[in-house]
Order: sequence, then C-alpha cells, then structure tokens
Amino acid sequence: MKIALLPESFSVSGGIPDPFDSPDKSPFQPLFASRVSAGFPSPADDYVEGGIDLHRHLVKNPAATFFAKASGDSMQLKGIYDGDLLVVDRSLSAKTGDVVIAAIDGELVCKILDLSNRQLVPANPSYPPITLCDEAECLIEGVVTHAIRYL
Amino acid sequence: MYALVDCNSFFASCEQIFRPELRGKPVVVLSNNDGCVVARSKEAKALNIPDLHAYFKIKDQLLANDVRVFSSNYELYADISQRVVSTLREYTDALEVYSIDESFLQLDGFQENFYLYGQSIKAKVWQDVRMPVCVGIGQTKTLAKLANRIAKKSKKLNGVCVLDDLAGWAALFKKMPVDSIWGIGSRLGKRLALLGIKSVYDLQQANSKWIRKHFGVMVERVVAELNGERCYQLDKQPENKQQIFSTRSFGEKITTLNPLQQAVSQYAQRAAIKLRKQQGLTQTLLVFIETSRFEQSRLSQQRVISLDYPTNDTRVLIKAAKQGVSAIFKSGYRYARAGVGLLDIREENPTQLNFFDRYQSKKATKLMQVVDQLNKKEMQVFFASTGIDPFWSMQRRLKSPAYTTRLSEIPVVK
Repeated sequence: MKIALLPESFSVSGGIPDPFDSPDKSPFQPLFASRVSAGFPSPADDYVEGGIDLHRHLVKNPAATFFAKASGDSMQLKGIYDGDLLVVDRSLSAKTGDVVIAAIDGELVCKILDLSNRQLVPANPSYPPITLCDEAECLIEGVVTHAIRYL
Repeated sequence: MYALVDCNSFFASCEQIFRPELRGKPVVVLSNNDGCVVARSKEAKALNIPDLHAYFKIKDQLLANDVRVFSSNYELYADISQRVVSTLREYTDALEVYSIDESFLQLDGFQENFYLYGQSIKAKVWQDVRMPVCVGIGQTKTLAKLANRIAKKSKKLNGVCVLDDLAGWAALFKKMPVDSIWGIGSRLGKRLALLGIKSVYDLQQANSKWIRKHFGVMVERVVAELNGERCYQLDKQPENKQQIFSTRSFGEKITTLNPLQQAVSQYAQRAAIKLRKQQGLTQTLLVFIETSRFEQSRLSQQRVISLDYPTNDTRVLIKAAKQGVSAIFKSGYRYARAGVGLLDIREENPTQLNFFDRYQSKKATKLMQVVDQLNKKEMQVFFASTGIDPFWSMQRRLKSPAYTTRLSEIPVVK
C-alpha cells in the first residue's frame, strides 16, 4: 500500500485550521502527491484535490439524517449484521424494496418494506414478516441509505 | 408576510423523537437538578400536570397517571433545534432564530396560498425531524405571533393560522385577552384593562396617540403592528451579548471553600468559551454564591472584580473568580448555587492600544485559540481547577441518551 506523504515544509500557520468551521469545508487535510524537495516544485501539486469527505458522501440531508446501530441477525441476507452502523434518512419517502426503520410495538426495527402486501419483511428466512396496520405510513421512521461495518 | 414557526412542547417533543411509543402519551421534562417541571406534552397538559411545579411535590400524581419523566437533555435539544432551523432554511434564508424553539421567516414576494404554504412547512418539519410545529402567518411579527397562538389553540385550523383579512378575525380578537399579545405582559395587561382595554380587539382599535401618552412608544408600536403596520424587522443576526452569565444549582449542597472554587472555576471556563465565541473581551467579572431560599440561615454574597486589562483568557478569569469566591465565602452555610458573570463586554478587534495600557498578550490569545480548537467536538482540554467529576455537579438522573450527538448512544434497531 502506498501512503502519500506530507511535504517536509508543511507547517501550520495562522492557527490550526478549523475542520468543523463550516459544513462546506472538508475536515480532511489535502494529500500531496509527492514529497516536496527544495528547489524544484513537484509538477503534480497543481492537481491537489480535496480529500474525500465520507460524511458528505453518506449524509445527503444532514437535518433529516440520524444514525442507528443494528442489533440481531434478521437482516443478514441484505448484508446488515449485528453492530453495523446505519445511516437513516427521514426525508426520503419509503418505497417497496427499501430498507426502512419502523416503529413496531414500541421498538425501532430495521426491515424491508413491501407496500403491496403491506408487510415489513426480514432478510432472513427464520423470521416471519410483520403485517402493517392501516396507519403504517406514519410508523416508517426513515429509509436506511447505508450500512457501515466495523471489521 | 411573516411566519412564526413554533415547536409544540419542544423539550417533551424532543424526547418523543426516538421513542415513537411515547408519542401521544403524557411526557414531562424537568429543569436542572430535576428541580421542577419545565415542559409538558399535550397529553400531560390535558392531565392537569402543573407547569413549573417542584418535582418532588407532584411525583405521586405523575406516577399515578403513568407520565414519563425525563431530566433535561440539552445535548439532544440543541441538536434538534438546529435541525429544525436548517429544515426551515430550505424555505428561505430570511430567517430569525428567535429562541430555541421559535423562528421567524420573512415571506415577502411569495404569491402562494399562505395557509397551504404553512401546512407544507409543518409537514416538512415533521417528516424530516419528527418535530410537531404550529405556524402563524401575518403582516407583522406581532400578528405572526398572535396567529401562532390561535393556531395552537384551535383544532379546526390544524396547526396553521393566517391573519390576512384582519376585519374577519374581529370576533375572535374580541374574545382574546389583551395580554395574549406579544410584548404585553400580565402586568401591563392589568393596567390596560383598568382603562377599558381588555381584549386584543380593544388594543387594535385604540387611538395610538392616546396609547402613546399613557403607555409609551412601545405599546404604540404594538397597536401599529396589530393593524398590519411593520415596526419590527427581521433580526437575522442577533447582536452579541453585553453580559454573559454562567450559573448553576449544585446537585448537593456545598459547605466548604474548595468545591466552591472548583464550581466557579468551571463556570468561569464556560463563560470564557462563550466570550471568545462572540470575539469579546471583558474587564469586569462578577462572582456570587448563595444558599437555598428554603434554608434556615440564608446568605447571598457577591463580589465584582476589576481585571487589569480586557481579556478572554480562561486562566485570568478563573483566577479572578477563585479570588472573589475566597473573599466572600463564609463558613457555616449550606450553599446551593453559584455563578460567574462577565460584565462590560467589548469587541476583541478594535481595542485601542494606548502605549501605557496593558492588554492581553498575543501568546495568551493564541493559547486560548488552541484550547478552543481542541474542544471543538467534545470537552477534551479543561482547566484542572474545575475539578474532575465533582460531587456537586448537576444531577440528571432521568436523562435520555444523546441520540444524535454521541456515537455510543445512538438508537438501537432490531
């Protein structure tokens, strides 16, 4: 694995940059393509891009997004395992096939939405589907857009 | 037109966001140290749970009615408040955050049906944040406030009220007491009532010159605003505070000097952070300690300390607060509360440097910047004199998790 290096001359001046200053700024330092030696500047440094800000990539609607922790094995076949970090967006309207968070009997659950059969379907055959009652729409708490696993 | 978007029972509604099973159930939130009830859900209000009542006095009533009780969870409330505001900003940038649970929106130039527009705001805030709100819309801020009040009370309006055709609302205005108007407190309301101005309608119809003569220019403005004439503009950027206070009640009574010094050090630290955030400097610090009102031997002591030069250096402020508290401390009392105030705040930049003046060193300014940077996310660096996990700190026994601000406390789904 190749690791990009910070130039030797890299220094922090004017105070440490504020990574949380504004949502537009990336909290990541730019990576320089090469080690800078005195005298000859690297021709690649003109092509420096901002780092990849995962948060901005994963969270499209910050005000409507919350994180949740998956528990149990009922969503295994969809690739969601115990302990996964789920990104949940409330601003999306849930469609059939979406992985959703719903409130069932006072518990938050993660299942696949099936609107035509009015069911919440687990992604594991050893669990039965949950039938939705009439006001089911208001029980959907958000659409899961990403699952992040700790390895 | 202005719209006032006001969250319904804000603290209680925050507690229901990640506990959907509590929606539609009675919920109350307690003040610092679980002292008294400061927020009640609609259902708790319906049970006649009194507001601002000491918790220990109504504990049985709460238990008997199966009311869910929460300590204040400011981490959660602050985050939800920000989410509501950013959702509202999608409608317009002309927005004033009036308080933690209220925002004014300026809707000039909109040609839409304001009632439907209000409904769409209400639906969007519910969809994205799960916060129930009421929307009041009117030509002036005072009318928007009044409209919001009507929207909260009326079932028919479904949470949105537009006061456009004022004459059409006269019958209702005649029924609403004059102190339901923004800026008319109960005291002023009583004085107005003595002179025959009892309802919203009475004040709206009052002669403004006469009002000015008897009640001053502020009430005259209210009359103008009630008639659709704008006196108050949108305040997009609230002015910096000229005074900053940090005060708390202790979780346990304090009888000795050392923990009092820790407490005021912590409050000085907190106030200093706020001061630097608004880029201010102070040269005057106030420190006070007091016993509970219910104590047999009561005492309330304070001291104002002048500093050598305008500063926002936590170290200087902590030192002054500690000196102050040592000077006013008397043994033999059970202290319940302490506080630190920074008075006479000025702006950091245009300090006129006189050759003979003393001022804060650049090094100190830099050090404080570094401390603030390190603490951006969580309090990681703090001053040792504030104590580590002290016994007197605030008690919040019934606090819900910091669902949205701490990774270890996010909701769990099955």
